[in-house]
Amino acid sequence: MLRWLQDYPRFLEVAYDLTQRLLRPFRRWLKPGGAVERLFVGAEQAGKGAVFNCQMCGQCVLHSTGMTCPMNCPKNLRNGPCGGVRADGRCEVKPEMRCVWVQAWERSQHMPAYGHELLNVLPPVNRRLQGTAAWINDFTGAAQQNPAGWIDIRDIQTI
Amino acid sequence: MPPVKYSSGSRLERVLKSGRFAVTAELNPPDSADPQAVYDRALVLSTVCDALNATDASGANCHMSSVGICALLTRAGYEPVYQMSCRDRNRIAMQGDLLGAAAMGVKNVLCLTGDGVQTGDQPEAKPVFDLDSLTLLRTVRIMRDHGQFLSGRKLDVPPRVFVGAAENPFVPPFDFRPLRLQKKWEAGAEFIQTQYCFDVPRLQAFMQRVRDLGLHEKLFILVGVGPLRSAKIAEWMRANVPGIHIPDAVVARLKGAQKPAREGKQLCVEIIQQVRAIPGVAGVHVMAYRQEELVAEIIEAAGLLPRRQAGDAANVKVSS
Repeated sequence: MLRWLQDYPRFLEVAYDLTQRLLRPFRRWLKPGGAVERLFVGAEQAGKGAVFNCQMCGQCVLHSTGMTCPMNCPKNLRNGPCGGVRADGRCEVKPEMRCVWVQAWERSQHMPAYGHELLNVLPPVNRRLQGTAAWINDFTGAAQQNPAGWIDIRDIQTI
Repeated sequence: MPPVKYSSGSRLERVLKSGRFAVTAELNPPDSADPQAVYDRALVLSTVCDALNATDASGANCHMSSVGICALLTRAGYEPVYQMSCRDRNRIAMQGDLLGAAAMGVKNVLCLTGDGVQTGDQPEAKPVFDLDSLTLLRTVRIMRDHGQFLSGRKLDVPPRVFVGAAENPFVPPFDFRPLRLQKKWEAGAEFIQTQYCFDVPRLQAFMQRVRDLGLHEKLFILVGVGPLRSAKIAEWMRANVPGIHIPDAVVARLKGAQKPAREGKQLCVEIIQQVRAIPGVAGVHVMAYRQEELVAEIIEAAGLLPRRQAGDAANVKVSS
């Protein structure tokens, strides 16, 4: 178990950047549906599983959520805490654990590169990507693909 | 002065945009298929508030559905706030329900994440949480302002609704709460109804940050208030209802009172008056479990009546 690594979010965001740079030259081989994906699924389950208790949603947003996996929130909240957080910062649904978003907020404060991304409104989860490799989806663009009718707030007419 | 633009032209929106202090109240949903149960409660509340919130199985306890209550209310000329929680329905159901509600005359929607199923009377249920409150807010705005579903498929007539969200300034992470409110505005919220306020200093600190961020000019913020009947109930609520923060001083005041119910009512009136004095607070949202008459008394005692004024029924232009 490598959960303690989450308390070094600054290191993790550097590791995230490095991994992305390392994989970029190989992106033409990073395709879904073959041995490469199986390898990545296994590696992500083992690696991100150990550090983040990764739930394999297939569209990793750890750098936007304070290096804390939001799919561990019992309500799967990717945009911030619900209103049920207990006074001691524990989860409404699972009192034995600290609220994912209390931790995400704390950790984001120690992330000079990506900490501000906690303020972005993230789109709905694509449930079809469950169990697939997030790194591959990141390079193929599947992870960034929003519902066809999703519109950025800048394009929504404000009254 | 440019003419005021309305999203839905609902009474609640008109009151807020005219700069008047708004009052909304929660209608307790019946455990019944009898429409009269809804009308009995609405009758007591309608004259003392601008809109009635129809809750969506709050606390994960099953009652008459919010869309059903809204349909009954609009049929009788009342103005509901349709609460939509992400706990029980996926995005397909919610988009369809919004169209159905708007077709029934619903003009206000409150987008909520929803309490976890474990707090309710059927904890074995499957929690859905396909969308969260922010993606739901954005979805409603996409449907309303762009006239399309999340899939991009066009709507013939979009739902003209005034869009709201909830916030709880009284639970951690405190520093993040005002920024989360900003996210809700970015996601599309136009008004906010907060969780119960029993801690005015905490609310003042929150509102200070809200004003620093300029959010009080972008959002109409209605603060949640309600009476506590006794110290025992207060202690039960803070231990068992998610997200309710009641300071020890409040419990002690109720404990020391000769008539705790009267003290609880008085406390609620005082909180309304203190909240009203905070710059950026646009109204109050009164919640009381099965005590509609008490809600009416509190609103009167707080000096918030009458709710109706001459010219209220004037035609408004809804922008499209």
